[in-house]
Amino acid sequence: MTRTAPAPTRRPASTRGGPVRQGPGHRRAAWAAWGFLVPITAYLLAFYAYPMYRNLELSLRHYTVRSFVQGDAPFTGFANYLKVLTDATFVPALWHTVVFTVVSLAFQFTLGLGLALFFARHFPLSATLRALFLVPWLLPLIVSASTWAWMLNSDSGVINAALGAIGAGPVNWLTSPDWSLWSVTIANIWIGVPFNLVVLYSGLQAISPAVYEAAALDGATGWQRFRHVTLPLLRPVSAITLLLGLVYTLKVFDIIWIMTKGGPSGSSTTLSTWSYRLGFGNLVPAFGPGAAVGNILIAIALAFGLLYIRLQRRQDPS
Amino acid sequence: MTTPRRWWKTIIGLALTGVMLFPVYWMINVSFTRDRDMRKSPPSWFPADPTLDGYRAVIDQQLPYLGTSLLVGLGTVALTLVIAAPAAYSLARLRPRGGTALSFALLIAQMIPGIIMAMGLYATYLNLGVLNTLPGLIVADTTLAVPFAVLILTTFMTGIPRELLHAARVDGAGTVRTFWSIVLPVSRNATVTVALFTFLWAWSDFIYASTLDSGGDHQPITLGIYHYIGNNNQQWNAIMATAVVASIPATALLVVAQRYVTAGVTAGAVKD
Repeated sequence: MTRTAPAPTRRPASTRGGPVRQGPGHRRAAWAAWGFLVPITAYLLAFYAYPMYRNLELSLRHYTVRSFVQGDAPFTGFANYLKVLTDATFVPALWHTVVFTVVSLAFQFTLGLGLALFFARHFPLSATLRALFLVPWLLPLIVSASTWAWMLNSDSGVINAALGAIGAGPVNWLTSPDWSLWSVTIANIWIGVPFNLVVLYSGLQAISPAVYEAAALDGATGWQRFRHVTLPLLRPVSAITLLLGLVYTLKVFDIIWIMTKGGPSGSSTTLSTWSYRLGFGNLVPAFGPGAAVGNILIAIALAFGLLYIRLQRRQDPS
Repeated sequence: MTTPRRWWKTIIGLALTGVMLFPVYWMINVSFTRDRDMRKSPPSWFPADPTLDGYRAVIDQQLPYLGTSLLVGLGTVALTLVIAAPAAYSLARLRPRGGTALSFALLIAQMIPGIIMAMGLYATYLNLGVLNTLPGLIVADTTLAVPFAVLILTTFMTGIPRELLHAARVDGAGTVRTFWSIVLPVSRNATVTVALFTFLWAWSDFIYASTLDSGGDHQPITLGIYHYIGNNNQQWNAIMATAVVASIPATALLVVAQRYVTAGVTAGAVKD
């Protein structure tokens, strides 16, 4: 899945054209302005607000397949939430979500930063290679996920073949409960590195060379320059990259579902795959509990999302 | 920095790129591998005895899926632009009261996990009777792109020189005319960026396809691949060949429009 947010960097510097508010045409201008917003407003109400409302409603009623179609499900308050929170799947799913998110972010960011530093100074072919690094990020997730699934196949996968060549035993990447979560995390790291690379690279480019020259004049070594110049100046961009990454890693669904379906025996189930399984993955769908898990997930995502918006507003007062 | 040192970096860079792109290479390699070599141990590191069987399977079985994906992608692009471009113009240049709240709503909207949207849309679509239809899938796919499209286009349109719009007004052009004849043509680059990303996301969409169109007569290529895997199909060359074909838009995008891609990513495109 793909989502976006406004740039932490490279915003056009305050070339905002002001509104034309003076004159007799003022009121007409206001009407015209809202006229252009009618489609998006209607769209947001119909395809965001209403589905979200339906989702909330699903989570507060006891739905069966029949009442789902007829719409006469009895109101049950927080029964679905209670059911979900006390379910044996909840704590492991939450824990897997945390591990998946934290480990993914840590590696994506570290690798992305290392590569951004590597590419920061131009060298022959650097632009081309940097562009090639984007490929994993642009591929459809089903393509990446199925490729990784085959690479990690226990018997015929190339990863186990490589491990065998250096004398390490074969690992049941996708079929062992000890490894499945790590397998999907590895695939997710691979997909997320390019984004971190590109954003951090543009953050590095925004640091004035004069700062480095000054540091070099003061006799700072390479490591000191990184530690005391690059890192502090990169902190705003880093914070935004990480927070945004967090919001979007929380909801990763495709990769896990395609590679392991959350299994074996729930060992790679996260909140999002659990929600999907409850709502769509069984013969008898449990829409109520599925929606409840979804709403718990959304609460977590929005908490961090608002933190992100606050951070960004502070940096980019426009 | 001296020249030899720079070439060293190129060599290291090539090695790193090789490691990073190995899965892509492996996908291509497997797509040419014969069935009987598929479970060979150790696997062949390059297709020594290549076969086109996988690609034949794509042509025999996957063409309808590819066609559907193309249609859904184009439809999603069109609908996204129709909704987003006027909104961006208004937010950037006309700036009505309440515009800020709308921008905020868009920021929030793009943080909603897809699985939750899918469940809400499923319930809605069921009542409307548009489950398993292409228009339904197209509308769902636009939710992947509309907030991004508005944000990118607003940022770009904000930067259009005021004099240009002023001149249009002096010449007697109304708001609609200014939008259609001045703002849209000038915003071509941003529009192309938005269109490319929107197409790619609609093309790659799995979650909406699997929830809202899993029983449809016309299904996109992501479901085509998913059914292949799900059928316990051992023909991994066919699966990987389909994956290669499904990757063509992404690759074409990178080759043809690299500068737009980088612009889109640094404008904050995030894939999750």
